Amino acid sequence: MKRRQFIQKSTAATVLAGVGGLSLQSFTPSKTKKITILHTNDVHSHIDPFGPDDGRNANKGGVARRASLVESIRKENPNTLLLDAGDIFQGTPYFNYYGGELEFKLMSMLKYDVATIGNHDFDNGIDGLYAQIPHAKFEFVSANYDFTNTVMDTHVKPYKIITKDGIKIGVFGLGIQLDGLVNKDMYKETVYHNPIEIAQDMSRILKEEQSCDLVICLSHIGYYYKNNPDKVSDITLARATKDIDLIIGGHTHTFLPKPTIEKNSVGKNVLVNQVGCFGLYLGKIDFYFEPGKKVTAEGASIIV
Amino acid sequence: MTIKHILKLCLLLLIFSCASTNLTKIEGKRIDIDDTLQTNQAIEDFIAPYRTHVNKNMDSIISYAPETFSKSDGEFNTAIGNLMADAVYSESNPVFNQRTQKNIDFVLLNHGGIRSIISKGDVTVRTAYGVMPFENSVVVVGIKGNQVNDMMEYLSKAKRAHPVSSQLQLTLDKKSAVSSATVHGEPIDVNRTYYIATNDYLYNGGDGMTFFHPNEGLHVLNYKIRDVLIDNFKKKDTLNPKRDQRFIQLKD
Repeated sequence: MKRRQFIQKSTAATVLAGVGGLSLQSFTPSKTKKITILHTNDVHSHIDPFGPDDGRNANKGGVARRASLVESIRKENPNTLLLDAGDIFQGTPYFNYYGGELEFKLMSMLKYDVATIGNHDFDNGIDGLYAQIPHAKFEFVSANYDFTNTVMDTHVKPYKIITKDGIKIGVFGLGIQLDGLVNKDMYKETVYHNPIEIAQDMSRILKEEQSCDLVICLSHIGYYYKNNPDKVSDITLARATKDIDLIIGGHTHTFLPKPTIEKNSVGKNVLVNQVGCFGLYLGKIDFYFEPGKKVTAEGASIIV
Repeated sequence: MTIKHILKLCLLLLIFSCASTNLTKIEGKRIDIDDTLQTNQAIEDFIAPYRTHVNKNMDSIISYAPETFSKSDGEFNTAIGNLMADAVYSESNPVFNQRTQKNIDFVLLNHGGIRSIISKGDVTVRTAYGVMPFENSVVVVGIKGNQVNDMMEYLSKAKRAHPVSSQLQLTLDKKSAVSSATVHGEPIDVNRTYYIATNDYLYNGGDGMTFFHPNEGLHVLNYKIRDVLIDNFKKKDTLNPKRDQRFIQLKD
């Protein structure tokens, strides 16, 4: 907690320096608002924890444990959102036997708010995905998949706006190019659009038209392609866009020990995070809103 | 005007650069999901019947392996690869024949597609899921003999134990060039159409296999490789595959 106080004090000092002696005492100090964003990605039907003999992930993961963790975080801060960045399906026999029913039912019990769609979520075809929709009490967002001519039409929105404690949070989804990755028979008439152009549009709509306080991109396009740096990824997306506060990624199963801080197209900080796969970790990002406090041109102070 | 609006206005007057936001601080971290966390009993109880059902099916014994079979057991062909390719042939050919009155000439799979060993002991449905966790299914594609020759070139260069069924015999010379290639004991006829069974992943160019296009027709059997294995294993009391001479390299 000491560290937090230090940051707060130093931010306050910056404020005073910034206004050149003008007193801020005329402001009525309002209470700090805290929004917690919890996230998973590429859980791949990993419902049970890994067994004690697993070579890599012994005794890790497990939905029932994630549930108690999420519950305790929600108890501490009711203004919490739980998000998933896709590839919910495929990886254990639970998917082969039940086609994703159990995954969706459990995510509903954990009170997931929003998820996006990964390439493996088409593994039983778009009809297989559609068949499980009744089991999902959370919403799906994807702004760059056009499902108009498919059974999924109207079941996936480009974005979702959720207001918590008066803070307006816009969440939009992005999916990976399906051609070459998923059989056309599976995704059928789903149309893929360039994520960067769509994200530029989405952030404008959410920030300017809808006046969201927080803009989150739920992405399944992959963290970064080292051997193909021009391929669209969360990192290239962060650099090429503005007004996105957080990109929650998936697809590349990237285990980031802490979120990456990137500079966006206007030099402001964007957080990019991804928590590997199989429900081994839960990502947690807290956003603090303090009326009357100055922030630098780079944006809020970030502690990771 | 709410307090928020007033504050925003004040800030706008004072400091231009920060007028649009009051997000001041972000903290991010990663939390381990491990056995230090409590298990949520309601979730656990909800999963239990599903788990019981899956495990009952998965642990049902369908055959026996007298030894452990691994895809690293041989340079150009392995017992486990031969088992898989021959299983695809014997389970798929009746389906293909019934639909087309034609026969599969041989099967080609990929070495990377063998996802697990078969351990010595009881073989269960779970074993088949381990070997083939993906949903790939059998396709039969008609290609000309010259493309079969391209396939032989590919196999000679790949230098991996890509599984082929026993109807094919491929011998490489010391320099890894194709020395001889026969199907049903006959040399490959460039003008003939061969019906090759493979999986949809390889048909679509997976593992750099480009020789399936163009072709003289694709037959999708809607038969998952994993189901092929389960059906095949169930017919056998004991799995007894052998490494043999179907794909070899001459030494000296």
